[in-house]
Amino acid sequence: MLTFVIRRLLLAVPVLLGVVFVVMLTIDLLPGDAVTLMLGEHATKDAVAKLRGHLGLDKPFAVRYLEYVGRVARGDLGRSIQQNRPVASELADAWPATLELTVAALVIAAALGIAAGVASAVWPNSAFDAVARLGSLFGLSMPIFWTGLVLIVIFSLWLNWLPVGGAGSLSHLVLPAVTLALPSVAMLARMTRSAVLDVLREDYVRTARAKGVGELLVLSRHALRNAFIPIVTLLGLQSGQLMGGAVLTETVFAWPGLGRLMVKAIFARDYVLLQGAVLVFALAFVIINLLVDLSYGLLDPRVAKQG
Amino acid sequence: MDGWARFRKNRLALVGLVLVVVLGLTALSAPWIAPYDPARQSLIEKRSKPGGKYWLGADEFGRDILSRVIYGTRIALLVGVLSALIALAGGLALGMTAGFAGGWLDSTLMRAVEILLAFPYLLLALAIVAVLGPGALNTTIAVGIWGIPAVTRIVRGSVLALRETEYVGAARALGAPGHDLLRRHIVPNILPGLIVYATLFMANAILLEAALSFLGLGVQPPTASWGLMVSTGRDVLLVAPHVATVPGLAIMVAVLAFNLVGDGLRDALDPRLRGS
Repeated sequence: MLTFVIRRLLLAVPVLLGVVFVVMLTIDLLPGDAVTLMLGEHATKDAVAKLRGHLGLDKPFAVRYLEYVGRVARGDLGRSIQQNRPVASELADAWPATLELTVAALVIAAALGIAAGVASAVWPNSAFDAVARLGSLFGLSMPIFWTGLVLIVIFSLWLNWLPVGGAGSLSHLVLPAVTLALPSVAMLARMTRSAVLDVLREDYVRTARAKGVGELLVLSRHALRNAFIPIVTLLGLQSGQLMGGAVLTETVFAWPGLGRLMVKAIFARDYVLLQGAVLVFALAFVIINLLVDLSYGLLDPRVAKQG
Repeated sequence: MDGWARFRKNRLALVGLVLVVVLGLTALSAPWIAPYDPARQSLIEKRSKPGGKYWLGADEFGRDILSRVIYGTRIALLVGVLSALIALAGGLALGMTAGFAGGWLDSTLMRAVEILLAFPYLLLALAIVAVLGPGALNTTIAVGIWGIPAVTRIVRGSVLALRETEYVGAARALGAPGHDLLRRHIVPNILPGLIVYATLFMANAILLEAALSFLGLGVQPPTASWGLMVSTGRDVLLVAPHVATVPGLAIMVAVLAFNLVGDGLRDALDPRLRGS
């Protein structure tokens, strides 16, 4: 088990190196010089050259890449251009809020999505199934920022139950978390339904029923345990979607997290901060997928035996 | 039963198809069916409620929301179609290269694709737009690039599978040149899968364009883009909720339409994937 974890962590290193490479290369290759944009169009050539030198932008790409990777390996993400603070501490300020939001959304998505999907599969083509399937189609089609605004209108403006935005208390968390969760609820309900339906058609389920095992036990012991593997995989993939969605949700609800920091960095052309934020998102994604892989061992004894 | 017969029996897919056709016609005939010029301002009528002179109300500048939603169809579909073409062209080229070349080129390309696929989609598009700068064209490019990795993987997988089939082997043994193999045997076989993917991609492309425009990094004012309309409406959300919420409905309908057609096409063209 331990060797498996270590091997997987080592495999994550090239992925992270690749992400940094891709991000830096995009920033480098495409037009729109960061320095000119920072100083404005009327900046003197001298000022531009000076700032380029200060930021190390006059060096060739490969050198800058290796230097950046070397610094990151030592825990130094550089200083943000706009605030002139260490990027690491700006990120440290922001990530707990994003973690709180995405974990809350993931819990909501898993609870609602899996429950709805199982119910749909147990009673296929029932009225509930029809409503759930139509609901998930809409859930997948609603732009998340719009859902957020509609929820604000309903629950803050009309009903006056919940705050419009900001962070701090549990009541602040409800609307953003639900908003962020909705597309994932829809996706999970869909996937769970088809995974459970597939398992229910298996021979061993028929055998279990034939030998008189109660329906609830068939469902919990045989169907769900086997259906959980594709569901958990999707849950891991959804966490990536949630991180993307967090950018929009945080903007709508003025939630002080990484997503909003990243948008601010883009507007400010603060590419040092941008790179750091992207790296944190990528790292989080790698860790979540590692956890997903590890959970296979818990869910499926066959995987655990292979080590 | 052929694909169309299967598609026709799927009522939801037909609803989607009708919606897609309506959206297309709306985009084409926008100047004739829009009641007002989408840029015409009338400040004394700003934030007019729906009904009366303006069916869907007026926005912060007193512009007719209905007319702007109608014109917004053009941007949504244009960005969607063009970015789908970028994704297909890029993905076909890279996927074919990887599939046929094999070796280190294949493994390098596919590692890169995996890295890009692992990346939350909005973040990738954001990173591209952050560099390219905002605007309709750059948004299209960003959305298109975002789609390339997935198409690459689909095409490469199909090429690998097809390369081993007997009829491709036979064609090659008969001395068919490479481009002939591609045109006559490979492309027709991956086309159904690509059509399904492209349709579902349209739904995501419209969502992504709207999201980027909402953040202020996509289509720029005064162009009528649905995401941008939601964004400007957000400033007056608490006094005039319809300004932000009505254009969002248009996004949802368009995305739903392409999702329905895409699901229907997938079930009709590739019965093995039904219900997945």
